[in-house]
Amino acid sequence: MTLDAVIIGSGPGGSAAAEVLTGAGWTVAIVEKGRNHLLDPDDLTRPSADYSNDEIKFHSRHFLGPDPLVEPRTFRTGEEDGDRVHVGEVNSVPSTVGGGGTHADGKVPRFMPGDFRLLSDLGPQPGAAVADWPVTYDDLEPFYAAVERSIGVAGLEGANPFAGPRSGPFPMPPGAAMFGAVRSTAAAERLGYHPYPAPTAANSVPYDGRPACNNCGFCSFFGCPIHAKGDPVALLTRTMATGRAELLAETFVSRIRFEGRRATGVDLVEADGSTRFLPARHVVVAAGAIETPRLLLLSDVEHPALGRYLMVHFQTIVAGGMPYRTYAERGRSVTHVHDDMIVGDELSRTAARDAGLPWVRGGLVEHAGAAMPIMEAKHYPPGAAHNRLMAESPIRKRLWAFTMQGEDLPYAGNRVDLDPSVRDARGFPVARITYRPGRHELVAHEHFGPRLAEILKEMGAQWTAVTSSPGRGNAGFTPDSVPESRHNMGTVRMGTDPATSVSDPFGRLHAYDNVVVADSSVFVTSAGYGPTLTLATLAARAAHHLV
Amino acid sequence: MPTWLTEAEFAVLTAACDRTVPVSGDGPGAVASGVPDYIDGLLGAFTVDPPRIWARGPTSGRFGGEEAFRDFHPLSPLDELAWRIRIEGSQGRPEREFNGPVVGLQERYRSALASLGPDFCSAGPDEQDARMAAVDGFPELLFHHCCEGLYGAPEYGGNRDGAAWAAIDFAGDVQPRGWTDAQVSEP
Repeated sequence: MTLDAVIIGSGPGGSAAAEVLTGAGWTVAIVEKGRNHLLDPDDLTRPSADYSNDEIKFHSRHFLGPDPLVEPRTFRTGEEDGDRVHVGEVNSVPSTVGGGGTHADGKVPRFMPGDFRLLSDLGPQPGAAVADWPVTYDDLEPFYAAVERSIGVAGLEGANPFAGPRSGPFPMPPGAAMFGAVRSTAAAERLGYHPYPAPTAANSVPYDGRPACNNCGFCSFFGCPIHAKGDPVALLTRTMATGRAELLAETFVSRIRFEGRRATGVDLVEADGSTRFLPARHVVVAAGAIETPRLLLLSDVEHPALGRYLMVHFQTIVAGGMPYRTYAERGRSVTHVHDDMIVGDELSRTAARDAGLPWVRGGLVEHAGAAMPIMEAKHYPPGAAHNRLMAESPIRKRLWAFTMQGEDLPYAGNRVDLDPSVRDARGFPVARITYRPGRHELVAHEHFGPRLAEILKEMGAQWTAVTSSPGRGNAGFTPDSVPESRHNMGTVRMGTDPATSVSDPFGRLHAYDNVVVADSSVFVTSAGYGPTLTLATLAARAAHHLV
Repeated sequence: MPTWLTEAEFAVLTAACDRTVPVSGDGPGAVASGVPDYIDGLLGAFTVDPPRIWARGPTSGRFGGEEAFRDFHPLSPLDELAWRIRIEGSQGRPEREFNGPVVGLQERYRSALASLGPDFCSAGPDEQDARMAAVDGFPELLFHHCCEGLYGAPEYGGNRDGAAWAAIDFAGDVQPRGWTDAQVSEP
């Protein structure tokens, strides 16, 4: 019997689609190129025991994949760099069952209503393809609420004065505030900002059969050993419990096959290198905003906008050294955030005018420290002072920092295409990323960085430093030109006009009747928020539209 | 007893580790922490099965739960290809050279330790530093492995008895205990 759908990718997008489709009675196969470390291999309706508090395994040794030696990407800042200037890791999200959900620290804010109508509200920006989304916050609200219940989100309704209206409270109250965040939120409030408990997909109370988070601190870039995190474990265990889903891990989709306007199925490469064709009535592509356009290009899908308008969030990172210990290793990595730098104020409007821009927007600001000792150790010089620096620990024990997820505007030149010669271990062309920040992002960085440093000084910082990720890119390529935000968006942008958009308002490719993109590839603009909740919400909505 | 390096190579590696992160203050330094064993264990990861790449989860037993870190995860075919390329190099095999030749960690260490000279252990500290600095890329490689061997989980061969964690007041892997809400918000 032919499958109702093959779903490519098991991250938050593919898993959200799978839950809806199997719940409606469809039979699906979820194809994941990475390994299964999320679900018990003997009973896929239960979580596994593979995750651990192990910095070597998760940070140094690519446990969640992809390993850049066998699945590299390439990078350049622009065509003047030639074919590429870097081969290896480029903004990789885990390649594993559960995808990016497994390593995220679980901040899952909704976008604001205005994020979906940037062009209408604020107008164009020179050089950028600013556009309204073909969906509104009101269209998405019921699906936001459903996904929040499904994965389990802790938060406090009313705490963020800039948030859109909610149809109900968060499924759980917020978890324990990190000590540093208690101090940084107080300092931010004294300066007139509006910090609030980050909407977080980590259980603050037992939820849906999974335990409450016990604050171990190994959250960001780690899988959760006790499965208190709202990574796709809940979506996938429920999907598998329907008995209508098959999970094909360590299986790579090398091509979607088409006949006329319809996809007929996908070509698979299995773990042992053997190949086969898997027929399906529908194809749901949820491989992320880099691998999804790569697969469409490998499948000879053609559209002038395909792969373009890649956005990653230009991050402004502001660190401060505190005269007291910040205890960043205890708790959920990030417990508080503020949105003031997205909304802007008279100062930011003046900064935009002074720079000759019509407007400028920053991004969500995360309040956090640095927790991990191997990472810290590599930041100090070797030699006789190393032990002393590690014990005094200006980074791990005394740092507090803000990371602003600066909204990237969509530029046609920032894109994903196929590298002309670099291959993965299976022999297929890898994704090449061409990216550099635009003037808007740099102006936002220059304006908001010093303002964030002022909050750290108010908190007691003895020194502050402002950096960005990637680097500012005004001196040609340097190793820090490669983005590390892990927030990839755009590349298969949605819209109503088939000439300027690749997918329709439900993520369906304009050119094919039965191919739906269910990940952050469809984003029109990047907002200043992590993409996870919005991409899962769009995926759930797209799946409801299919059935 | 080293598992992959020769005794002579291991002695040179030990001396080089001692220059990279020496004993000082209350810290044990790289040698007392077992960093040479960590590095030798990585170079010889495939001498055991499953290979010594990823310790299992979910707990080490240090804060309760099973002592699962003592065992290692089996590798998938793609994992094994990646780690054999990283450790052994591509060795001219077509299936490892899809993007050209790769020099592995075994060859990098073996050639660097040979360059340091058979009398490296008895050379003075300044002479040792000068010889290490003359090997392109080696001080950086060794330092990164020192950091991992000092401050990673003891099951990988370094951080002997957790002494390096104790010296910096880092609790290590705290599952399944974690921290109480009060320890998080009002430590």
